[in-house]
Amino acid sequence: MANIAPSVLRQASRLASRSVLSTAPRRGVPALARVARATTHGASSTRAYVTESKRDNAQVETTIHLDKKKLQKSGLALSGQDGQDAHISPMADVLRQATVMDEGQRPIYLDMQATTPLDPRVLDAMMPFYTGFYGNPHSRTHAYGWESEKAVEEARTHIATLIGADPKEIIFTSGATESNNMSIKGVARFFGRSGKKKHIITSQTEHKCVLDSCRHLQDEGFEVTYLPVISSGLIDLEKLKAAIRPETAIVSIMAVNNEIGVIQPMEEIGKLCRENKVFFHTDAAQAVGKIPIDVNAMNIDLMSISSHKIYGPKGIGACYVRRRPRVRLDPIISGGGQERGLRSGTLAPSLVVGFGEACRIAKEELPYDSKRIKFLSDRLLNGLLSMEHTSQNGDPEHFYPGCVNVSFAYVEGESLLMALKDIALSSGSACTSASLEPSYVLRALGSSDESAHSSIRFGIGRFTTEQEIDYVLKAVKERVEFLRELSPLWELVQEGVDLNTIEWSQH
Amino acid sequence: MSAVAAARGDSAQKVLSLYRQLLRQGNQFAAYNFREYAKRRTRDAFRQNKAVEDPRRVQELMQHGLKELQMLKRQTVISQFYQQDRLVVEGGLSGKDKSGKGGIVRQKDTGWD
Repeated sequence: MANIAPSVLRQASRLASRSVLSTAPRRGVPALARVARATTHGASSTRAYVTESKRDNAQVETTIHLDKKKLQKSGLALSGQDGQDAHISPMADVLRQATVMDEGQRPIYLDMQATTPLDPRVLDAMMPFYTGFYGNPHSRTHAYGWESEKAVEEARTHIATLIGADPKEIIFTSGATESNNMSIKGVARFFGRSGKKKHIITSQTEHKCVLDSCRHLQDEGFEVTYLPVISSGLIDLEKLKAAIRPETAIVSIMAVNNEIGVIQPMEEIGKLCRENKVFFHTDAAQAVGKIPIDVNAMNIDLMSISSHKIYGPKGIGACYVRRRPRVRLDPIISGGGQERGLRSGTLAPSLVVGFGEACRIAKEELPYDSKRIKFLSDRLLNGLLSMEHTSQNGDPEHFYPGCVNVSFAYVEGESLLMALKDIALSSGSACTSASLEPSYVLRALGSSDESAHSSIRFGIGRFTTEQEIDYVLKAVKERVEFLRELSPLWELVQEGVDLNTIEWSQH
Repeated sequence: MSAVAAARGDSAQKVLSLYRQLLRQGNQFAAYNFREYAKRRTRDAFRQNKAVEDPRRVQELMQHGLKELQMLKRQTVISQFYQQDRLVVEGGLSGKDKSGKGGIVRQKDTGWD
């Protein structure tokens, strides 16, 4: 007993100083244990951080709760749960409340003609080429080059099968603009050198890059015919036939229009060109992967394809150049002789692989996607056209359903776009949307300035949902009504005044 | 992808399990459009192939589905790394985000600065 007592005392004091947990009093030393317990009690009251924090101690939390109550009364309640996390940490609740918003702010994307989101499946195929396989596909001396080259050739095959071509006929470029430039300038310069073939035919509704290439060639001494289109947006085959001359080098007509979605009669145009031994180039950036295209059935000699319009990566495209009968081009970019010498420069394997995968998916999903887009498009179009004084631009039969262009009379398109901040839309092509001029495509259809000003393009794609379409319909209906209420013209129309009979006084 | 009718017993269970896994994984996309597409595409693909009887074809479709599942696992993680603000349409027609699952909505505009 005598030698046990000091050791127990020592033990008890050590315990008390080290932790708040007091050991159970041992039998045989009750008095000493009581001493130890007393010291532990003293310690527990000062060292509070181990104890559970009580609700009243957390000042921040109570204030937040008060605020919430106030908000709930005023009808502006923050959504979210009521302090479930308080028992984990008082801060977790505060942080969560701070970040949860009433509603999302990001607009709905309905501008699929400008560009499309990158499909996660495409990104998944591209990732290895950003992390591990970094070889130059033109390196022939080591495995790094071989693996990249293999992947590039596989991608080329996917693109070729999508359009019914041979893999050797696919030339990778930076995008459809480069492909268009390469095709038109290349063919014109190659065949114009002899001085016999100095004529180009294109249409008025082409994309800016085709029209500008033609203008550039005009400066070089070429003659260009800009074919007019009929009011539905289709070209007149008779007029095309009449325009073809013996010295015509190339005809360039786009497959699907980017603003009104009109599908041109490719097969007929191709046949006409083949009969007259004229090369046929088509800008199919908006068509490939969305409508079935076969270069042999349609007699297409040159075709521009873009990757970012079919859920692929931006920064790459392709040009289809027929080999039999051979189409000869004057290359714009010269260098190491890659891509049959038509477009020199190292390929980007990651982008090429992404493009190939996008084409593979597009081919696989074409029936499913077309059905889906048709369904959504009908829903949107029926809803929009059920409003009064609205009309669809372009041919109602021959158009790609993913591109819906509608005119809202007596509403200014730009102000409607401003009013529809929660929907990402455009009044025309992205290249010209910065200027306030009315779209030249709509003007070519013969629409008036007012009508061209008041039209808006809705682009539907693979990832558009029904919910989004319903939201858009509701929003457009509300805002158009609101804007028309403001308009004095609308008042006159409601009174039954024909606007064309009014003589506006000059100031 | 399913072939529930054809694949009896063990196989049917595997198919159903894959279906559930694909739906659950697809729901993990942070981006609204991809999330909805993943769920819709999975559902439609299984419905479209529900009458498949040939065991070899079922096996092929199962392999395809497993590959898609692997892809989904990787891509949902990437999607969660780079989250954007929610779309106005999330949370129904009213545009109000109910945030039922206590999800965190980011307010930062990425890409502006």
